[in-house]
Amino acid sequence: MPVSARRSDLCALLAALGFWLGAALPAAAAPERVVSMNLCTDQMAMLLAAPGQLVSVSHLAADPMSSAMADAARAYPLNRGQAERIFLMKPDLVLAGSYTAQASVDMLRRLGIRVEVFPPETSFADARAHLRRMGRLLEREAEAAAMIADFDARLAALRARSPDLRPEAVLYGAGGYTSGNATLAGEILDAAGYTNLAAALGRAGGGALALEELVLARPDLVVTPRRYGGQSRSEALLDHPALRRVAQGHRARSGARWVCGTPHLLGAVAGLVRLREAGR
Amino acid sequence: MRPALLLPALALLVAGLFTVSLVTGPAALGLGESLSALVRGEGEAAVLVMREIRLPRALLGVMVGASLGLAGAAMQGYLRNPLAEPGLIGVTSSAALGAVLALQTGLAAAFALALPLSGLGGALVSVLILLMLAGPYGASLTLILAGIAVSALAGALMALVLNLSPNPYAAAEIVFWLLGSLADRSMVHVWLALPFMALGWTMLATLGRGLDALTLGEDAAGALGIRLGRMRLVLVLGVAASVGAATAVAGAIGFVGLVVPHLLRPLVGARPSRLLTASALGGAAMVLAADIAVRLIAPDRDLKLGVLTALVGAPLFLHLIWRTRRAGI
Repeated sequence: MPVSARRSDLCALLAALGFWLGAALPAAAAPERVVSMNLCTDQMAMLLAAPGQLVSVSHLAADPMSSAMADAARAYPLNRGQAERIFLMKPDLVLAGSYTAQASVDMLRRLGIRVEVFPPETSFADARAHLRRMGRLLEREAEAAAMIADFDARLAALRARSPDLRPEAVLYGAGGYTSGNATLAGEILDAAGYTNLAAALGRAGGGALALEELVLARPDLVVTPRRYGGQSRSEALLDHPALRRVAQGHRARSGARWVCGTPHLLGAVAGLVRLREAGR
Repeated sequence: MRPALLLPALALLVAGLFTVSLVTGPAALGLGESLSALVRGEGEAAVLVMREIRLPRALLGVMVGASLGLAGAAMQGYLRNPLAEPGLIGVTSSAALGAVLALQTGLAAAFALALPLSGLGGALVSVLILLMLAGPYGASLTLILAGIAVSALAGALMALVLNLSPNPYAAAEIVFWLLGSLADRSMVHVWLALPFMALGWTMLATLGRGLDALTLGEDAAGALGIRLGRMRLVLVLGVAASVGAATAVAGAIGFVGLVVPHLLRPLVGARPSRLLTASALGGAAMVLAADIAVRLIAPDRDLKLGVLTALVGAPLFLHLIWRTRRAGI
């Protein structure tokens, strides 16, 4: 009886050891061939990866309309997110966004490839958490920690320049969509020393804002996005004579730096801070 | 109602709806405040809202509605068929295709008048095709079938152009071009469309006597000195100019030219010439009313005008088909 008990203890111990080894071993080695298929993971990976570690980024990363690191991205082979192509790159880690085509992600997982999914960042806190997670995944924790510390220091310096009486700004996108406080763009406004008009107009979470309401609210700053090529009625709204009159001399453009949770966000904040300080 | 009273009553209705349209909107402006901003220019922001946002919207409602009502009445008079309506027979969707082409090729950005002009061009092509196919009497079946084909083709080409656009928002606007909306239009659009619409209205207004004569049949009209070939040309150009310009700025709004003449025909004593003016006013009233309703029903959704006009128009259309069928035409 005691013998068999001891033997079963040993078996359990061995099984546990085997399980621990099995789980820990693949993660112990840093991934060597990383493929990113999402605009934001592209940029975080480019910022943090060791030389040669990142094999490919998405084609959006090379599009200056959306990517703050378009020049850097051109050094990498670009992918369009098709599972087949990515599989042929023989990655040992694939980085995807939660809005990346689910079918491609599932296919890659079925093929035995490790896929890590990042949701979009909606706050500076998300940006920090995602940089930290990216550092862990790429085994570049020290670099990530340094980047976050630098981010926080620069952000604090920019925030320290906020005035007591904050001017009002509104984020006005194609089709009259306004972004609320709980978005990256909302947090950029806040860090730059503006209050977001969306909250005052009852759209703290963002939503459609009629041009009439914007005109009556007379914001101190109207932030509109950069325009895509071609024509659309949604973007034509941003050329409406009434909006032009209200925003005359009080207009800023958002752009690629506003999109993803990387330290490039601070470039957007700094731009607005300079605009605000020049206006006084 | 006596015909003499009908036109003033309709004009009063349009004026009333125009005022309601001016004071309807998401911005919290009082009745007195908004009207004094509009007329006397008091209050900087309110003036901007009234003169640059709501006034063009209300003006376009009148202009677009009048164009569609008038074009419907004129085509029905000429073809002697109550189903001839710019939306149903594919004129508006062809005009929308023309406008979309002008916008997406960049022509409209380079040369502002290209927008109404290519709307006119699109409308012109479809009216010519329809008159060619339907013949002088406008047999219902041919007219409707040709209309379905032209609408489907124009709609498909429009979807193709918008899907191929490099602009990510363009494809989402297929619904605007198919159903029409007056949201966020500006005085720029009013000035772009007005000259073409005015030209179209003038041309269609001259058709009254000819249309009256046509009710007696083609031979009798010819004997009365009506030149049918010339009349047909004026009709085609008038419809194309007014509907083409209306669609280029407001999208394709259907059924206005069907519902309005149908409702007003008994009130004018079935005289096509009287129906023209009455239908222009009635069309203006209908589009204004629909545009007020979309703002009241779903203030922040940009509900499309064509949704409301179809809700009223489609049942009436079915009823007319039913009657036409029973009459054995």
